[in-house]
Amino acid sequence: MIKLEKVTKIYPGSSLAAVNNVDLEVPEGEICVLIGSSGCGKTTLMRMINRLIPITSGFIYIGDQNVMDMDSIKLRRNIGYAIQQIGLFPHMTVRDNIATVPKLLGWEKSRIDKRVDELLELVQLEPAIFRDRYPRELSGGQAQRIGVTRAMATDPPVMLMDEPFGAIDPINREVLQDEFLRIQSKIKKTIVFVTHDIHEAIKMGDKIALLDAGRLVQFATPEKLLTAPKNQFVKDFVGADRALKRLDLLKVEDAMLENPVHCHSTDSALEVARRMQEDGLNYLLVCDGENRLDGYVTLRDIVDHEGQVGDRVKPMTLTVGLRQNLKDALSKMLTYDIGVVVAVDDDNRLKGVLNTMTLARVVGQTYDEHEGRWGKVTAGGRIL
Amino acid sequence: METWQFFVDNWQLTLQLAWQHAWLVSIAVTIAIFTGVPIGIWITFNEKAADVVLYVAGIIMTIPSIALFGIMIPLLSVFGYGIGTVPAIVALVLYSQLPIIRNTYAAVKNVDPNIIDAGVGMGMTRFQVLGKVQLPMALSVIFAGVRVAVVMSIGIGAIAAYIGAGGLGRFIFMGITQTYDAMINTGAIAVAVMAVVVDYLFGFIENRLVSKGLRP
Repeated sequence: MIKLEKVTKIYPGSSLAAVNNVDLEVPEGEICVLIGSSGCGKTTLMRMINRLIPITSGFIYIGDQNVMDMDSIKLRRNIGYAIQQIGLFPHMTVRDNIATVPKLLGWEKSRIDKRVDELLELVQLEPAIFRDRYPRELSGGQAQRIGVTRAMATDPPVMLMDEPFGAIDPINREVLQDEFLRIQSKIKKTIVFVTHDIHEAIKMGDKIALLDAGRLVQFATPEKLLTAPKNQFVKDFVGADRALKRLDLLKVEDAMLENPVHCHSTDSALEVARRMQEDGLNYLLVCDGENRLDGYVTLRDIVDHEGQVGDRVKPMTLTVGLRQNLKDALSKMLTYDIGVVVAVDDDNRLKGVLNTMTLARVVGQTYDEHEGRWGKVTAGGRIL
Repeated sequence: METWQFFVDNWQLTLQLAWQHAWLVSIAVTIAIFTGVPIGIWITFNEKAADVVLYVAGIIMTIPSIALFGIMIPLLSVFGYGIGTVPAIVALVLYSQLPIIRNTYAAVKNVDPNIIDAGVGMGMTRFQVLGKVQLPMALSVIFAGVRVAVVMSIGIGAIAAYIGAGGLGRFIFMGITQTYDAMINTGAIAVAVMAVVVDYLFGFIENRLVSKGLRP
């Protein structure tokens, strides 16, 4: 847990507070995103937590310890730290970069080697290939992964991340964000995450702290920030397309149509074809006996086939995970120019389908600030 | 041809003088590295000192070498070392300061602040940041400064013969007074060869010491 109490920072020679009287509490295992335009004090606030910037007044606690009572060097070694420009040491190999803090803490070589390999596997980089590479031999995405990995090296309970996915193209950023959320769901760190990208904030944050000119304007869950912006500033910051931004927030499993029609690969093709004709279906999803997705068949493929459906099944290349957000799902739909995507769980079991209609329903909803809920807008603008 | 004949006839003396020369220069450069690099590092912490130190080192560099050797005589004769090896080494050390200090200062100073921030943020002490991050990253530029200092010292070291420090400069000065071209040439060529060989050697050591990750 990280707790900030009336934290203020006034830089020497400045009359304005860079951070002004901020109260904030990040519960154990949650990601708190600090967001705001540049110069709003978000980075300053983060850097006061590990005392890279001295606090002018107020208190910061990690667990129940006041950071001012701790030795600053020890404090920093116990907090994972990942920064914007990655900050990998160019003269060290990937292994030595990851091993930075373990080495400072005097770990044994065998323990370090084991941990490095473990972490590389966690971010899906083959240890044998990447261990001895130098940063200049890595792609941007790989370097970012190593940067984040380095921050996790000693498994610190608290991590500070300053736009860790900032220096990377949008497609790879999405991939890294998903990967990080997947890891976070297992390791449950308490994280302070700085960004200026509202999409990233909505996607990554359990809570979002919006700062303006050093003041904390609103501290709330992403849903709350979108649905109940405290004032005009928040509204403007979040953007007029609040409904669209809900796509960042909602997961596939929240909006998908469950239990889609499907058949089993062992079913008789003629029988399935007959049922498809009855229901007017041209395509049908095919699963195996344990409900794992095999692919799909078209009516034409099986209408005169004497064997099983499984003989004619075509692979389904485009699926989405349950925990992916709707924006990713929509962008997949648009990229591949199809009206529907299939949702599967981690074991490739068929869970549901998403089509443009379901998405349109979500986007079409508007938040009724009086009623406090999302609803459909009629032509008259009244909420039903 | 005449020069070659001179070398063949006097190869033992040539080697002896070359050895003396090399010894003079290596002592001077060793001292210069052990003073220049720490000074260069120190002034990265102190901007005011940096201005003064770089200015003074720059002035020393502009003193004509023969004059600097001359100045050493009255200054050091106070301690009884007016001529010979000691004033020669002192002069060479002074000359070597600028390239070494300036390169050390610039290289340490130019390390990307983000990378230093990463080090500090992960809990390195100031000395650890210096030793584990800044100096390894600055090494090749520091080395470039040392190489300049070495090559320059080998060249200027020839003038040290003028104040009785020996070395290959003896051939050159004696050759001039005797208008003996072969002798002058032998001295000059030997100095040049030594400079080229030593520079190559340092390049080799540099390649060994500087991290592979920093090579272009």
